[in-house]
Amino acid sequence: MSKTVLEVRGLTTKYITRFHEDVYAVDDVSLTIEEGKSLGIAGESGCGKSTLALSLMGYYFAPLHYISGEIIIDGKSISGMDPDTVRKTVLGTEIAYIPQSAMNALNPTCKTRKFIQDVIHAHDPHADNKQISELAESRFAELGLPASVLDRYPVELSGGMKQRTVIAISTILKPKVLIADEPSSALDVSSQKMVIKMLRDLMDKGYIRAMIFITHELPLLYNVTDDIMVMYAGQIVEKGTAREMVFDPVHPYSRGLMHSIIVPEQGTRNKKLSAIPGTPPNLKKPPEGCRFAERCKYVVPQCRYNTLPMIEFEGTRTYRCGHSIQHLKEVYRCEDE
Amino acid sequence: MKTNESCVISPENQSVQIRHLEDIQSRPSCLRGKGVTKIFGTGGKQTVAVDHVDFDFHEGELVSIVGESGSGKTTLSKMLLGLLNVTEGEIFYQGKLRDISTAKKKREYWKGIQAIFQDPFSSFNVFNKIDTVLLDCINMCGGRHFSKEKKIELMTEACCFVNLKYAELTNKYPFELSGGQMQRLMIARVFLLKPKILLADEPTSMIDACSRATILDMLLHLRDETGMTILFITHDIGLSYYISDDVYIMEHGKFVEHGTADEVILAPKADYTKRLISDVPKIYEPWDLSTVKY
Repeated sequence: MSKTVLEVRGLTTKYITRFHEDVYAVDDVSLTIEEGKSLGIAGESGCGKSTLALSLMGYYFAPLHYISGEIIIDGKSISGMDPDTVRKTVLGTEIAYIPQSAMNALNPTCKTRKFIQDVIHAHDPHADNKQISELAESRFAELGLPASVLDRYPVELSGGMKQRTVIAISTILKPKVLIADEPSSALDVSSQKMVIKMLRDLMDKGYIRAMIFITHELPLLYNVTDDIMVMYAGQIVEKGTAREMVFDPVHPYSRGLMHSIIVPEQGTRNKKLSAIPGTPPNLKKPPEGCRFAERCKYVVPQCRYNTLPMIEFEGTRTYRCGHSIQHLKEVYRCEDE
Repeated sequence: MKTNESCVISPENQSVQIRHLEDIQSRPSCLRGKGVTKIFGTGGKQTVAVDHVDFDFHEGELVSIVGESGSGKTTLSKMLLGLLNVTEGEIFYQGKLRDISTAKKKREYWKGIQAIFQDPFSSFNVFNKIDTVLLDCINMCGGRHFSKEKKIELMTEACCFVNLKYAELTNKYPFELSGGQMQRLMIARVFLLKPKILLADEPTSMIDACSRATILDMLLHLRDETGMTILFITHDIGLSYYISDDVYIMEHGKFVEHGTADEVILAPKADYTKRLISDVPKIYEPWDLSTVKY
């Protein structure tokens, strides 16, 4: 059995607003990622994907607060550590993060080489600048980035190049887990493909041991990650392998997401896209029972007050819904016909 | 006045869209360009952003312009909107040479052409309430003398068209809405203004996949309802295939391919188009990462 790199048990975090209201953005999330595997997280804007990413790093600063749960990276628990220790001992070496807008992640006033030196000095103040330069050059060459990038300012790089530079920098200390938060949403298709290739290269060459990839583009997740997890209003609603999730989604929300996919293939044009009506619930006062009940086509009265646990089925998959698996599959079959 | 229920676009009551307009070529031209060029910079450091492009957009047509970042899509759209001067070439608006030499003529031109931009968060004046945003549109298109009731009726109808509830929006500021809702509010503005041409510059690139389908269906509905010409600018060839009648593919400031959506996407001729299509992650065929060159 392969080794577990990241294990999260019942993680709950909340935002406390200016008016002292609690917003439960991540609610009882559990997941495990094994060595060499990647996990995709999908969901619409505001469902808690990015908050989950921040929470996983164990780096909490107001208004985000840790409530409960455990995060274990390679056998070592990082939950409950104070932010300063996390910054020095966990970020960059145990877990690394690629932000959504790489355009703003680089320092506009310093060249890439200087930026990398700063990153490494933050972890090892006595590191030699010459060795850092050599490390950066060899790593850039391996990842297909030209060495000239090192002596350029961020403004001189294109969007795709900046994103790849940020990825190369965030993995320079060989973190065990890499969290990529929508790394390709702002790029065109060709640059997106380069970014994905680079992430795959990092996995294959062993610079990272596990990856979490966050996006709302499902075809992309299908092609990039091994497993997919769908989040809705701070909770996981379904989890399974990429293939199962794309071709046989069970939860009504996952199914809705799969039906809003648009790809340039024959048949897309005359297909009716079914957008999910309504808006997600307000997380200040999350509804009792199923959080998706308000927008669900298959809602029944008990959905609104029964608290739902994650239910296992077919061995490896889990989902969170009041209906039984047989009932849902029957309904979908009738609908498709 | 329409009721909220009757005009909600839901999967059940959505009309089947007219996706193939047979008579498109015989319709009168709405916006035509001949050798349109834009050069930035002078002397030795010149950048040709748009290079002698010819185009012809017909009335009621939904055209998309597809290209990678830096291919000149936005520069072309800014020239069409009259926000940038044309270095060379001519643009004809409704058969006549476009004249936007004075501020007054420009304002007149903008009554016929409107735009929805990529970033909904920076498209609104943050100091204006949503009522003001919509009222401005009514006043702009000659409704200044309408009674208060009539104005509210018009605003309700516009909100209803984009599936928003007017009663919930009054006294709110744009930043209190989500990205998808803001983009829908932009479409409500366009619905009130009823321009001849709508220029949508990547309207869905900053919102999630789920709201994207809603926005696209609204644009199609808007075209069917009002008969306006919509220019859809995007880097996502999948979206352009879903929504448009005609597709123009742009590379380095030039149109490399043009035709109906089916012709261009299903049987591409230019190498660039083929590459764009193969770069999109798909579900029913494997995505080839081995050919990627940095």
